[in-house]
Amino acid sequence: MATHESHKKKSVFMDWLTTVDHKKIGILYLLAGGFFFLIGGLEAILMRIQLMEPDSKIFTGELYNQLLTMHGTTMIFLAAMPIIFGFMNAIVPLQLGARDVAFPFVNAVGFWLFFFGGLLLNLSWFLGGAPEAGWTAYAPLSTVAEDTGVDFYVLGLQIAGAGTLAGGINFLVTIINMRAPGMTFMRMPLFTWASFVTSGLILFAFPALTVGFFLLMFERVFDANFFNPDMGGNVLIWEHIFWIFGHPEVYILILPAFGIISEIVSTFSNKRLFGYSAMVFATVLIGFLGFMVWVHHMFTVGLGPVANSIFAVATMAIAIPTGVKIFNWIFTMWGGQIRFSTAMLFSVGFIPTFVMGGVTGVMLSVPAADYQYHDSYFVVAHFHYVIVGGLILGLFAGLYYWYPRMFNRVLNETLGKWNFWLFFIGFHLTFFPQHWLGLMGMPRRVYTYMSGQDLDGSNFVSTIGAILMGAGTIVLLINIIISASSKYKTTKDPWDGRTLEWSMPLPTPEYNFAQTPLVRGLDALYVEKSVGNGEMTPAEPVGEIHMPNGSILPFILSLGMFIAGFGFIYSSWIVAGAGMGLVLITMFLRSVIDDHGYHIHKEEVEADIKGGRA
Amino acid sequence: MRKWLQKGRMLSLFAMLALLLMGCGDPTLSTLIPQGEVADKQFQLMLISISIMILVLVVVFVLYAFVLVKFRKRKGDESTPKQVEGNHMLELLWTVIPILLLIILAVPTVMRTFEFSADAQPASKQELSIKVTGHQYWWEFEYPKEELITSQELVLPANTKVHVELSSADVIHSFWIPSLAGKTDTNPGDKNKNYMWFDTGSKTDVVYKGKCAELCGASHALMDFKVRVVSKEDYQNWVAGYKAADGKSSANANGQQIFAKNCLSCHAVGQEGGNTGPSLTGFGDKDRVAGILDHNKENLVKWIKDPQEVKPGNNMPKVNLSDEEIEAVSDYLLGLKLK
Repeated sequence: MATHESHKKKSVFMDWLTTVDHKKIGILYLLAGGFFFLIGGLEAILMRIQLMEPDSKIFTGELYNQLLTMHGTTMIFLAAMPIIFGFMNAIVPLQLGARDVAFPFVNAVGFWLFFFGGLLLNLSWFLGGAPEAGWTAYAPLSTVAEDTGVDFYVLGLQIAGAGTLAGGINFLVTIINMRAPGMTFMRMPLFTWASFVTSGLILFAFPALTVGFFLLMFERVFDANFFNPDMGGNVLIWEHIFWIFGHPEVYILILPAFGIISEIVSTFSNKRLFGYSAMVFATVLIGFLGFMVWVHHMFTVGLGPVANSIFAVATMAIAIPTGVKIFNWIFTMWGGQIRFSTAMLFSVGFIPTFVMGGVTGVMLSVPAADYQYHDSYFVVAHFHYVIVGGLILGLFAGLYYWYPRMFNRVLNETLGKWNFWLFFIGFHLTFFPQHWLGLMGMPRRVYTYMSGQDLDGSNFVSTIGAILMGAGTIVLLINIIISASSKYKTTKDPWDGRTLEWSMPLPTPEYNFAQTPLVRGLDALYVEKSVGNGEMTPAEPVGEIHMPNGSILPFILSLGMFIAGFGFIYSSWIVAGAGMGLVLITMFLRSVIDDHGYHIHKEEVEADIKGGRA
Repeated sequence: MRKWLQKGRMLSLFAMLALLLMGCGDPTLSTLIPQGEVADKQFQLMLISISIMILVLVVVFVLYAFVLVKFRKRKGDESTPKQVEGNHMLELLWTVIPILLLIILAVPTVMRTFEFSADAQPASKQELSIKVTGHQYWWEFEYPKEELITSQELVLPANTKVHVELSSADVIHSFWIPSLAGKTDTNPGDKNKNYMWFDTGSKTDVVYKGKCAELCGASHALMDFKVRVVSKEDYQNWVAGYKAADGKSSANANGQQIFAKNCLSCHAVGQEGGNTGPSLTGFGDKDRVAGILDHNKENLVKWIKDPQEVKPGNNMPKVNLSDEEIEAVSDYLLGLKLK
């Protein structure tokens, strides 16, 4: 069997369902991730409303635990990671000078697996209750829970995780193999470097989680006893497996934000990145050290002073490459001409906030003191400073920065500034007081606290801050809606960019580059601009461009997984078998159908170039 | 320039807010007001680390503020800034200085980590040893030498090193008395028993608040306990009184009968009774009902009538008793006082 269909016109709906174009998949990731971000944010605000006053009874007991579990799980797996993947998809191939990712089909599989996994997990709200054992799902709390919540957690995240793993491998291969002529590793923009290291971390960290989820799934669905001490199991196995994944996951999240900030700081200071090679080395080193510090999540578990001390010192060591990055950003701005656009404003807010999260991280690495901090609100404050103050501010910055490239129009700068100030002030109001709450003895993950413990004031302030953050996010939504309904379009290079993604016209042609560019240095576009070229020098003559065909198979394959997930959750082997059968049939079809893709003819490309479309 | 003024105003707002919140909290709960040797040394570690970190913050913030003000783009300036690749001297500087700072922090860190480890403090040298067992959602305290078991309220003599063995009857909990010592997890299973020690401090007749610090289910937030530190003499009296106590110490005979029939299979009083629920010996002297409610009859009746309403997800069944019977049991329990 072989298909030689050329790119037929499809309906808009089918076009998005079958797309294998990295730019469209990037938008899909961003939309789905943004949707889950709103759900996770809503869950957070509900929790803060419950904690606004002592002894309050709005969301108590199990319901509160469901909120806290789903907030953490949604934000990490279904909001932060997909939005990162959205940017990686939209930008990395362009920064490399590539026409697509290495495996466009796998890319689509990755997205749809994530989407259906996230959907499955969130459906638990309507089907007997969400998981309530925390995003960490410590055994035996997660294994003894009698409702189906934790089953949804395990199966949903297992499916979404498979998608993430596929995405990570895809980007590793893409970055190694698809660089344009002259784009050596040490000329790659920092965001691409960060994506590369993050993908490597995904490759090594996610299999640990996959194994952990299989153990947990077997324990729950087939009555296995890996974590059951009465049957010779051990509850700590889960904690180790989870954090062997969980700590690198933190760096999977933050490194792309580092990359985004590096791009923006450099662009809006009109200077090349200070200490580029040190930045690259620091990124790699953080990724490497990230695998040998997981026990700092387990200092109070009782592993003994030797283990605790070793992991403490290893954890402190991470502060060194991170500090290098901070100073390099500051010295990138030094002597530059800083333009405070919204994207830059978010980056400027990112740096001190992340430093604050970083220093509390070093404080937490001291085991004997961590016995006091651990599982208290101090930890909540710390990781929100790193993940919200770090990653989310980074993602907002990236959104404002790359929005023109992804959606062909700029976001309104005035609304953008409102968005920033509301979110930024709200953020500090929410999480700064939580440091004190923890030190004053408030454990985390509690649905209430009694009055008369000096905890009331800070909790109240914290809730007000959370509402401000919500308001900031609403401003962003308004901004997006206004920009989507306005006809205003932008030029191809609104920020005076330095890297390749700003070199092609808007909208980005399907094939990205009519002619693969020749890269002649770091900040490839800036190099050309500085010698008066304005445009990239092509590395090849205009020719036929080979493109992959779209396919509905990734969608169907993921749908099969989704159905099978339900089968396992309700121990209905017929449904599970049908779902897995659908997966196998799709895999079979993918193997036997010879899809050679199609060609865009030289004449069409030439016409595009002439018409200013490429 | 106006933007800068705005930012300055905001910073001072933050600073004021920080000061406002900087009260140190409840002296029986806060880690910032340490009451025993261990909590005190942990507080010192916090101070060392936070001092180093504030130094770092100040350096970064000052440098950062300077850069943001000095190097913002000025109107009409169309020149291109010098494209600097880097500076080896500077880069070396901000690699080496953090390494030195971290070494300064690492030395006391490792020292104290070993010091607080139970391995460094063998049980035989302790003046007192207890076994703590976490349950959903209450705490069981066993004094092996004194041969007594209590629940929810730990009575300890002042100025004493206490050796603790920790385990759990169900899921993972974490034993935390912020004023006296940091937390240690209670793990289910014999292989993962934990050990820790702490010092009870010099104050007497204080009640410190204890918390469960690991998510353990629906009522995790309510899994509080109390640590009552008394003089050594009072402690000896308490032990003697506790051992002598039995179900007859309360005058309410009717309540005693109802209790014996309906409650004793789970709750012990004196030498009698089961151990699936907390021991109620000397209940009349305790500080709290169900670990959280104020200690009075109204709350006790409310708790017995509908335990799920007070502590969602807990294992105490709704016992089929009439209102009068519940009142009688409550009177009986509140009458259970130690001699």
